[in-house]
Amino acid sequence: MKAMSSAAVPSGGMPPEGRAPKFWKTAYRNRYLYLMTLPFVAWVFVFSYYPLWGWLMAFQSFKPGKPLFEQKWVGFDQFKTLFQDDLFYQVLRNTLAMSVMGLIAAFTVPIVFALLLNEVRNMFFKRFVQTVSYLPHFVSWAVAASIVTRMLATDNGVVNDILMGLGLIDKPIQFMANGHFFWGIVTLSDVWKETGWNAIIYLAAMTGISGELYEAAKVDGASRLRQIWHITLPGIRSTIIVLMILSIGHLVSIGFEKQFLLGNNLVLDYSQVLDLYSLQYGLQMNRYSFGVAVNIFNSVVSLILLFVANGLFKRMTKESIM
Amino acid sequence: MATQTWRKSVSWADRLLDLFITVILAAVAIVTIYPFLNVLALSLNDSTDSVRGGITIIPREFTLENYKLIFSFGGLVTGFKISVLRTVVGTLLGLISSSMLAYALARPDFQGRRFVSVYLAITMYVSAGLIPVYLLIKDLHLMGTFAVYILPGLVSAFNVFVIRSFIDGLPYALQESAKIDGANDFTIYWRIVLPMTTPALATIALFIAVGQWNSWFDTYLYNATSPHLTTLQYELTKVLQSTTAGNGGDYRTTNMTQVLSTVSPESVKMAITMVVTVPILLVYPFLQRYFVKGMTLGAVKG
Repeated sequence: MKAMSSAAVPSGGMPPEGRAPKFWKTAYRNRYLYLMTLPFVAWVFVFSYYPLWGWLMAFQSFKPGKPLFEQKWVGFDQFKTLFQDDLFYQVLRNTLAMSVMGLIAAFTVPIVFALLLNEVRNMFFKRFVQTVSYLPHFVSWAVAASIVTRMLATDNGVVNDILMGLGLIDKPIQFMANGHFFWGIVTLSDVWKETGWNAIIYLAAMTGISGELYEAAKVDGASRLRQIWHITLPGIRSTIIVLMILSIGHLVSIGFEKQFLLGNNLVLDYSQVLDLYSLQYGLQMNRYSFGVAVNIFNSVVSLILLFVANGLFKRMTKESIM
Repeated sequence: MATQTWRKSVSWADRLLDLFITVILAAVAIVTIYPFLNVLALSLNDSTDSVRGGITIIPREFTLENYKLIFSFGGLVTGFKISVLRTVVGTLLGLISSSMLAYALARPDFQGRRFVSVYLAITMYVSAGLIPVYLLIKDLHLMGTFAVYILPGLVSAFNVFVIRSFIDGLPYALQESAKIDGANDFTIYWRIVLPMTTPALATIALFIAVGQWNSWFDTYLYNATSPHLTTLQYELTKVLQSTTAGNGGDYRTTNMTQVLSTVSPESVKMAITMVVTVPILLVYPFLQRYFVKGMTLGAVKG
């Protein structure tokens, strides 16, 4: 992705060559700029770079209260314990299941939504639907979980009311208390919350498609569906690919907010995900080293997935983000 | 004649397609907005009456009692104050830090430009994870302080890059002429660049403010034992966790959750949900046009 590398490495910078006196002269001229950046550089070091040392904990048996380098080193023991834990495999299954479901939903629903919205000619209606669709993105997962729980409730929840009204079920379904529903609930809640927001980027990409293409297609007698299929979709193809590669990289690190807030003890077998597992073992049971080992496993798998996805796409489409 | 039938069939298919699209999108809009209206109606309805069911988007027995009840708990009042405070302070400091960095990084003659850009970009992809950061916060004695809401996330690389790409789009000549007039870099930033960056700043302000307002996990992690530093979102999660099926008594209960288990809790829960949501709904229409711009700006930059 060209745009990204230019974000990281600005183009047109000054040639860094020059003799030492010149360097200091420029540095002096830049003094205000240094004053405006260096404090934050130090800040970022403290809160983002320094904690990276903590990864060493995964190879120790960390006890709070002692400096990092006086801890007992245990090599890969924490990882061995992790891979021998049956719960770990259950948690990994849940994480992968929910993230694959989320991935499929995230790369179909918002795209279809954007395609439909792009076809609307009544500007007022278009703007109205769009404005409404962003709304849930801005509420917290705490609010979303509260709303979802209410809608799925057995007592007067709208979903059960509708299903009962249609005569599809005789008694309300206990959505929140049955683990088999949990993955679906998480995925659909995410669809509800993020579809409108995720569609923004596709809509933006669609406005970039030249109108001449559509004119030409019309002259050739292509129907609107054909125009969508042959012009609009190919027009947002590279956007889709870039976003997809990035999401595949996040396949195992899906966070835990949804699972934490929507889950409960009855559905634990299906709601526990890697991040939550690391949180529970690491912080609540004071097994810091074990928790960090889970995190490292998480990051390494993410990195591998990112490279694999990138490689696959490169081979298939000759496009790459790295 | 042949041409005409062809045209007719296209416009007929077109109209059908338009109808289909309109129906689907209207359904999407309803599914999105209905839950909010339903929650609002429930929160304004008498709590014992709500149990009878059948409330859709209009309260049947209108009352403000639910709201009165929840605000009689100290936790919610404190939570409201702290949430507002962290949103205001966090947004202001976040704006200052990211715009200063963005300004310096947008200056082609700044020596540290390349290094600082890469240095910041790395933090977008590499993060130490929960436990090392938790231990750091503990070592810095930030547990049980208000500062823990502000300091760790003060500098966000993403925000810096969004603002920088906006500044890159401004004419550089203005800065140069100010320089010739003898203004120093800080004055140029404050007097010339900042006022022109307002659209980008509005977007970033919205992102930071929403993030601050919505976060509960830092309260849960660092300030769960400091009731004077509780936040609205955290109070809501506590109520959720204490009343969802199966969590029963295993969560730390407050006087609020105890009361909720004795009265019929749904309307009260919905009132809390509304209190947490409303501030977002209030600012949302005003800032809407900015964030769409910002979202596409940020997306292009990765």
